Amino acid sequence: MSNAIIIAILAAIKIGIVIGVLLLVIAYLIWVERKVMAHMQIRLGPMRVGWHGLLQPIADGLKLITKEDIIPANASKLLFILSPAIAMVPALLSIAVIPFGDTISIMGVSIDMVITDVNIGILFILAVSSVGVYGILLGGWSSNNKYSLLGGLRSSAQMISYELSMGLSLIGVIMMTESLSLVDTVNAQADLWFVVLQPVAFVVYAISAIAETNRCPFDLPEAETELVSGFHTEYSSMKFALFFMAEYANIITVSAVGVTFFFGGWRGPFLPPVVWFLIKMAMCIFFFVWLRSTFPRFRIDQLMQFAWKVLLPVAIVNVLITGLVMSLL
Amino acid sequence: MIKPLIQGLTLTLKHFLSPSKVVTMQYPDEKWMPYPRFRGLHELQRDEDGKEKCVACGLCSTVCPSECINLVGAEDKNGNRYAETYEIDMFRCIFCGYCEEVCPEEAIFLRQDYELATENVNDRVYDKEKLLVPIKKKAKKRAKKKSK
Repeated sequence: MSNAIIIAILAAIKIGIVIGVLLLVIAYLIWVERKVMAHMQIRLGPMRVGWHGLLQPIADGLKLITKEDIIPANASKLLFILSPAIAMVPALLSIAVIPFGDTISIMGVSIDMVITDVNIGILFILAVSSVGVYGILLGGWSSNNKYSLLGGLRSSAQMISYELSMGLSLIGVIMMTESLSLVDTVNAQADLWFVVLQPVAFVVYAISAIAETNRCPFDLPEAETELVSGFHTEYSSMKFALFFMAEYANIITVSAVGVTFFFGGWRGPFLPPVVWFLIKMAMCIFFFVWLRSTFPRFRIDQLMQFAWKVLLPVAIVNVLITGLVMSLL
Repeated sequence: MIKPLIQGLTLTLKHFLSPSKVVTMQYPDEKWMPYPRFRGLHELQRDEDGKEKCVACGLCSTVCPSECINLVGAEDKNGNRYAETYEIDMFRCIFCGYCEEVCPEEAIFLRQDYELATENVNDRVYDKEKLLVPIKKKAKKRAKKKSK
């Protein structure tokens, strides 16, 4: 009985720490993105609010909280209010199965550095991220606005298409670890990172991840020049803030999954495991911002063609070749 | 197709790695110096004796496309014409420079000042005191000598 209570308390503490760090990181990811993107475009980014704009996320948060919350006249009220939450919750939920470090022991109690080691870990993440599509689709539809509807439709089409290639690219790695659990995946990379053994899968995963999170160059659904603001045109105040934070939380999630599957998770010499994990995630996020500041965006038909005619066959062929090589060895 | 992508990425990385070479000017710490023929705030000129050049002919007021110049002429004690009231409404002015082109006395010029925002909407009308160029010291002395 007391064992169960200890487990529950440990889980609650882990959840508290992870959610707290995650929300803080999301808030300051906005600052990091603005500064990095600015310097990559030979300009400065926020400079006035605090030293080099460090208080900018707080200023943005305060502004968004004090804004008037408008619900359009003929919008589906329930869905309109629920959609930001539906977009945000799956992004946060996926972090529950990602291992941050090795098993540590405090005062004789061994604690796994993962909130819950589900043995269908990656399936859970893929399923949960599919629910995130609903948030965008319902947000676009319930706004009662043609531009939002188009943005929502395009976004859901894009996300569904790229989820296929994302799942298939991860199957290559799953075939090598013979386990869906993420902790086993990290442990299987003790000798060699999977990015070396499965480079094609890594490239396919990277591209699919960028398209999944609606980031440039795949950010047509929220393109300001094409669709006013896409599916979040009608949202103001905290609902808009939730959509915004959901996008950054998604970036963190796919970076974490990518690091776990291809870059050895928390493995690395000298430094403590959590630090390695954070360093690798920081590099992934830097890559996301780097892509955003460099490339123009795809058209919707180019995007869909690329997913179905290029990425999906490449991912399938990769699974085939992996199976062949594994059966021969 | 891959090569241009890589070229783009290396360019942005190069920009990122030299953060001191930004093109941003941090206003109001660093202000932009306009080019010599920049059309900014107007300036009413004086001649060498410190007397205003403007004779209130009304050409600038007539040619102004925005009808922002308002002037009333009068004669001083020597019988010479001068502008008793000369006002420019800065919210209407489009800084086209027609008044400078048309003035026969070369009395009005558009100079370099571009920071014309005011906090009170009634301050938008600049009258003669704000527009006149200040009297130079030499002209003051010469005017004193002449009147003596």
